[in-house]
Amino acid sequence: MQHEEESTLFGLMAEFETPDDLLVAAKATFAAGYRKIDGYSPLPVHGLGDAIGFPRTKLPWLVFCFGILGGICGYGLCYWVSVIDYPMNIAGKPLHSGPMFIPVTFELTILFAALSAAFGMFIANGLPQPYHPVFNVESFARASQDRFFLSIEADDPQFDLDKTRNFLNGLNPHEVAEVEN
Amino acid sequence: MSEAAKTPYKPPVPELGPGQTSYTSITEKISGIVLTRNTPVAWFIFFAIGFLLLHGLMVGVPYLLFEGVGIWGLNNPVGWGWAIINFVWWIGIGHAGTLISAVLLLFRQKWRTSINRAAEAMTIFAVLCAMQFPLLHTGRPWLACYWLLPYPNSMDIWPQFRSPLIWDVFAVSTYLTVSLVFWFVGLVPDFASMRDRTKNRIGQVIYGMLSLGWRGSAIHWERYEMASLLLAGLSTPLVLSVHSVVSFDFAVALIPGWHTTIFPPYFVAGAIYAGFAMVLTLMIPMRMIYGLEDFINERHLNNMAKVMLASGMIVAYGYFMEQLIAWYSASTYEGFMMQNRMHGPYSAYYFFLILCNIVVPQLLWIRYFRTNMFWLFFVCQFINVGMWLERFIIVVTSLHRDFMPSSWDMFHPTIWDITIYVGTIGLFTVLFFLFIRGVPMISLHEIRTLLVSKDHK
Repeated sequence: MQHEEESTLFGLMAEFETPDDLLVAAKATFAAGYRKIDGYSPLPVHGLGDAIGFPRTKLPWLVFCFGILGGICGYGLCYWVSVIDYPMNIAGKPLHSGPMFIPVTFELTILFAALSAAFGMFIANGLPQPYHPVFNVESFARASQDRFFLSIEADDPQFDLDKTRNFLNGLNPHEVAEVEN
Repeated sequence: MSEAAKTPYKPPVPELGPGQTSYTSITEKISGIVLTRNTPVAWFIFFAIGFLLLHGLMVGVPYLLFEGVGIWGLNNPVGWGWAIINFVWWIGIGHAGTLISAVLLLFRQKWRTSINRAAEAMTIFAVLCAMQFPLLHTGRPWLACYWLLPYPNSMDIWPQFRSPLIWDVFAVSTYLTVSLVFWFVGLVPDFASMRDRTKNRIGQVIYGMLSLGWRGSAIHWERYEMASLLLAGLSTPLVLSVHSVVSFDFAVALIPGWHTTIFPPYFVAGAIYAGFAMVLTLMIPMRMIYGLEDFINERHLNNMAKVMLASGMIVAYGYFMEQLIAWYSASTYEGFMMQNRMHGPYSAYYFFLILCNIVVPQLLWIRYFRTNMFWLFFVCQFINVGMWLERFIIVVTSLHRDFMPSSWDMFHPTIWDITIYVGTIGLFTVLFFLFIRGVPMISLHEIRTLLVSKDHK
């Protein structure tokens, strides 16, 4: 019985009314030693990532690398076409007319960087993800509207259904719910 | 000192009106515009007008493809007529959306949050309208693939990378792609709100798919905010580059009236000018139809009018510089071009342009005209017309009397020039009203952050 319950339980979820309540609760939960935690909010809550121990995102490095790659592709394309594969004398200009390759180089730098920012973010976030256990909580529909949630997952080493529930109840939530898998 | 002490301090109008005090009320109000059975009658009227005008495109384009670009008023020496004028006009309008969504985000201008979604939509639709014209102007758009895009084809030929026209292809297509991606990224959390609010099964499925399973996780928000910031930072140089590249189409040519270094900054300022006029042209009626006074208030109108005034003055400076250089260069052809522009057969257009773009907008120095909806709308219509005329003057008066008097001629638009132009206005209107009906037109998650900053004050 005990075993079965553990496998169908994703974790516990507390509901809060304001972003500040959520932030305070997240800090307390992290301080209590829980690590498999996440906050859910209808707007970005500043400091919540730090509070649950999420390290700074490395997205800027990805975007930087793709930007450089885009620039190399842009200039490389112009150079390869104009000098190597299809050399043509246009108004006596040199085949390698660098300044005239800059607009295309610039646009491809921006294009590669912007696409990597958007798709990198979605891929790192694991989206699109059609199913996630948190949606099983009925009141969670308000996480995209006007309520703030904090979850502690069942595979956290410190997780114990009764103790964790008591802990969450002590954080002054609106309600604590079990999240089915 | 005593003078300043006597003047009472007037705090700025807050971004959010008094009616919006909670996350719930914001969510209900904005998503209610979409999730309702009571679409305002005005929506149907505007949509019907747009749909009617769209038929200009439906009829004009097949006839153009069947008959060729000869149906337009193009001939020597004016080989670039309304198609290029309309292209530059539409692209310019698009720029305000990116300016609001990206540049004002970097400057932390919070008032932008209630207008950026609609302005970005306007950008995308304006760029779509703009792209019709160069494509149709090629005459045989189905061949434009290998004329415009660098792909390895069986004829083993490549585009000419030393030409500004190919730069345009890269600039405009990158602009459309990045604007679309930025817009969609902004929409994902709002699609999640719509998914959770709608009672309609079809709506749940569609919004559910569009929201990509967004659940508002704190870790997701961290990456999301970083991605938004990076996209804003990338869009800012992009938007400046796009109209600069468009101006290279003219500035790189050796035609008097085109061959000038002031074109890139002057075109960008003109784009912002025209774009803000169009944003206001759309937002003033929207605010009335949907009762959005809490979201778009005096402060927004005032700020947008100030941006318009500033960019309008840069445009005026551009006109002045063109005059100055025509005289200072001591070039016969430059001097003649300006004489002909001001006193030739198109002088009425030129002075009407000055009236629309420089004289009338001076009203915006007075606060009353910046905050009165009727007057602001009135001024914006002058700017919309004036900016179209500006491109007409640049294209036509520079070409119609060039170096050889024997080849001088006048430009006369045909009914098909007008039909296709009006058709794109219809396309723009239809797309914009479909957007309003299907997508939250104000960014829900960004508006919610205004409430947080209000609490902390």
